[in-house]
Amino acid sequence: MAAAPTLTRGPKHVEHVMGTAVSIDVRDPAIGPETVKAVTAWLHHVDATFSTYQADSTISRLGRGEIQLADCSQTVRWVLDRSAALTRLTNGYFDAYHSRQLDPSGHVKGWAIDQAHHILCAAGSSSHCLNAGGDVRTHGLPSPGQPWRIGIVDPQDPSELTAIVQASDIAVATSGTAERGPHVINPLTGRPASDLASVTVAGDNLADVDAYATAAMAMGNAAPAWLTGLEGFEAFVIATDGARWWTDGWATPELHASHP
Amino acid sequence: MRRILYAALSTVAGLVLLVGVKTYGSPSAHSSTAGTARDTGATGTGRADGSSGTHNSSGSDGTTAKGKASGTPRTVAGQTVDTPYGPVQVEVRLSAAKILDVNALRLPDGNQRDIEIARYAIPQLRQEALDAQSAQIDTVSGATYTSEGYIRSLQSALDQSGG
Repeated sequence: MAAAPTLTRGPKHVEHVMGTAVSIDVRDPAIGPETVKAVTAWLHHVDATFSTYQADSTISRLGRGEIQLADCSQTVRWVLDRSAALTRLTNGYFDAYHSRQLDPSGHVKGWAIDQAHHILCAAGSSSHCLNAGGDVRTHGLPSPGQPWRIGIVDPQDPSELTAIVQASDIAVATSGTAERGPHVINPLTGRPASDLASVTVAGDNLADVDAYATAAMAMGNAAPAWLTGLEGFEAFVIATDGARWWTDGWATPELHASHP
Repeated sequence: MRRILYAALSTVAGLVLLVGVKTYGSPSAHSSTAGTARDTGATGTGRADGSSGTHNSSGSDGTTAKGKASGTPRTVAGQTVDTPYGPVQVEVRLSAAKILDVNALRLPDGNQRDIEIARYAIPQLRQEALDAQSAQIDTVSGATYTSEGYIRSLQSALDQSGG
């Protein structure tokens, strides 16, 4: 019999919302299902407000000019303001107005998960992991002495992992091609970005890392220089030819498989 | 000025984060780098020594019985998930909470492209499930739409198993 202590876990829940599957993994047994319900209700509210796939969402109506910014809630205005700031911070490579349609979803998903994280913290959660289709935010430790282990998919072989990020409190987002093929559009050229296979950004909030990963993908070969200048964020880049690059602060590489 | 606080990394061998030492932007060196990086990727760690030495001595994940074959294998079906390519459901065979195999029960059907995507995705996701298990990760960053359908189903099956 294993000597390891069995952790009594809180609820683990997966919710389909915002066009993806959101995994809510709470390790704190003191957190009950009503808190998870509050989280899912929040995510659906975000969806109803910001989804570009719902014709009657606030964002869709705003995009068609049926309502004005002044008619929108403070939250919507804040999100759009932040999107505009991110456009400046990324030199235009993250652009909520790309394709001539208002679509801040590259920022909204991460931001929504950040708020979900705060809901859980406010409820007293000491340990949880949220994953919205690959956008991850962790808090605390999954079990005593063990950090969260976040596998990063190898874009050239999606059945394999290419890196594992270990941390207690971190936000990680990966923008990439993988099975969907090039789908990140370079807003400055209007064409699919094709230099990079994937970009993973880690930082202290998902809203920013989400936008930065998307922007870096669009930047292509110019991404490493820009990512280096990003204070407080670390990144891991895989080019389409398989070359890897990472920021100085990305965790220390250690070799383990022995070479033949 | 903010710095990211990573949990202290133990010095236990077997915790690979990244491999590869080439400077980005050196075209002449790309091909050798790529080969090296992939050969010594993270998944090699999980299987490299095949023992439980991959993790520190607290070993508190409690979800797998490495090397043990106790318990009758049982099958758990995940929930059916709608993806843009159609409904997807995955069946997972478990033995002592260790994943033995993953089979898709229902595949997106319809036009040829949907079928092609499903055919491409299933074997990879079966392997991905096994590698994720051996690498003892908690979550994955980088999933795409079809993968999410499968991964979500896999998580669903694991949740039902009480992992």
